[in-house]
Amino acid sequence: MKCEEVEKGLVAYLDRRANSAERRDVEEHLAGCAACRTRAEEFRKVWSVLEEMPTVEPSFGFDARMRQRVAAEPQRGWFDWFVPQSRLAFSAALLVALTVWIAKLPPSNPGTPGTTTATQQQDFNAIQNLGVLENFDVVTKMDALSDLAPAGAQQPDKSQPNDTTTND
Amino acid sequence: MARSDVQLMLDVKAGDDASFDFLLQKYRSPLVNFLYRMVRDTATAEDLAQEVFLRVYRARKQYSPSAKFTTWLFRIATNLALNSVRDNRYQRMGISLDAPADGEDSAPRELPAREMRIDEHMIERDRTEVIRRAIASLPEKQRAAVLLHKYEEMDYGEIAGILDCSEGALKSLLFRAYETLRVQLAPLVAQPVAHRAGEGRPS
Repeated sequence: MKCEEVEKGLVAYLDRRANSAERRDVEEHLAGCAACRTRAEEFRKVWSVLEEMPTVEPSFGFDARMRQRVAAEPQRGWFDWFVPQSRLAFSAALLVALTVWIAKLPPSNPGTPGTTTATQQQDFNAIQNLGVLENFDVVTKMDALSDLAPAGAQQPDKSQPNDTTTND
Repeated sequence: MARSDVQLMLDVKAGDDASFDFLLQKYRSPLVNFLYRMVRDTATAEDLAQEVFLRVYRARKQYSPSAKFTTWLFRIATNLALNSVRDNRYQRMGISLDAPADGEDSAPRELPAREMRIDEHMIERDRTEVIRRAIASLPEKQRAAVLLHKYEEMDYGEIAGILDCSEGALKSLLFRAYETLRVQLAPLVAQPVAHRAGEGRPS
């Protein structure tokens, strides 16, 4: 073992926390290396000097100040069960806001307020009577969808030529 | 039977504030000492210690005993101390290296081991100041490693967990730190305190 390799094991050896293999390696090296032996001895002395550092005590008001700060913390209630984390709460709030926003979006072709049910019924009747849905070839050509009457819009003008169907 | 730190913290989680008070009593002194040795200012050390406890309290609902309580506690403390030291670095750069780090007003309330004569007290204060400066001169991570190893007597795994490094890296870190201290404290090593050695004192 070289001197550089002893570096990692020396401290653990000196504080008796090295395992038996590490201890044996360091001991073997120290037996043949005066420089590392001296260093190890000086490390021990340094540790002894470090113990001269006095301890400090927290000030007399430390506990009272701490209890005051803890008491000032908002106490959590039963609703915490629903909101375990602020990030989760934020995500949930965002999701609700998004849902409300989407729900409040105006329909693509808004009808007159109060006529929604009537319009839906009208659309349903129109779809029911569409022979085009039974014609597979027509359905594959998406242009045929332009025949569909938009919700709440005027009924298709029978006088207008229908490009898709007439071409077939 | 005494409850473990983890059990105490689980009790805090369940709403028992008395258990938090118990943890406060148990760890306030080691924490303030550790932080004082990190930042070298008692007022800042106390503020940081309070912040550590407050963070523990705030996190009680999310607490899960995945690591030792002390690892968690000192990890918070170390991060706060390192941030504080870094924040104050530019401020301290303007102060002479020979000037004491603390003003007279912020002198720590140190506990004398016993009654000393004035000359002994002066010698001890000088030695203490040399040791304090030697520790303060270490790079922050080395300083934290030495404090946790020497004064908190934590095992390598726990210190490595606190400092977020491998045990191998920690051992190298400690070696370099003690190597620096070996050079800086050589005068003190050569002249051990007389009364501690029981020598050089008139009877």
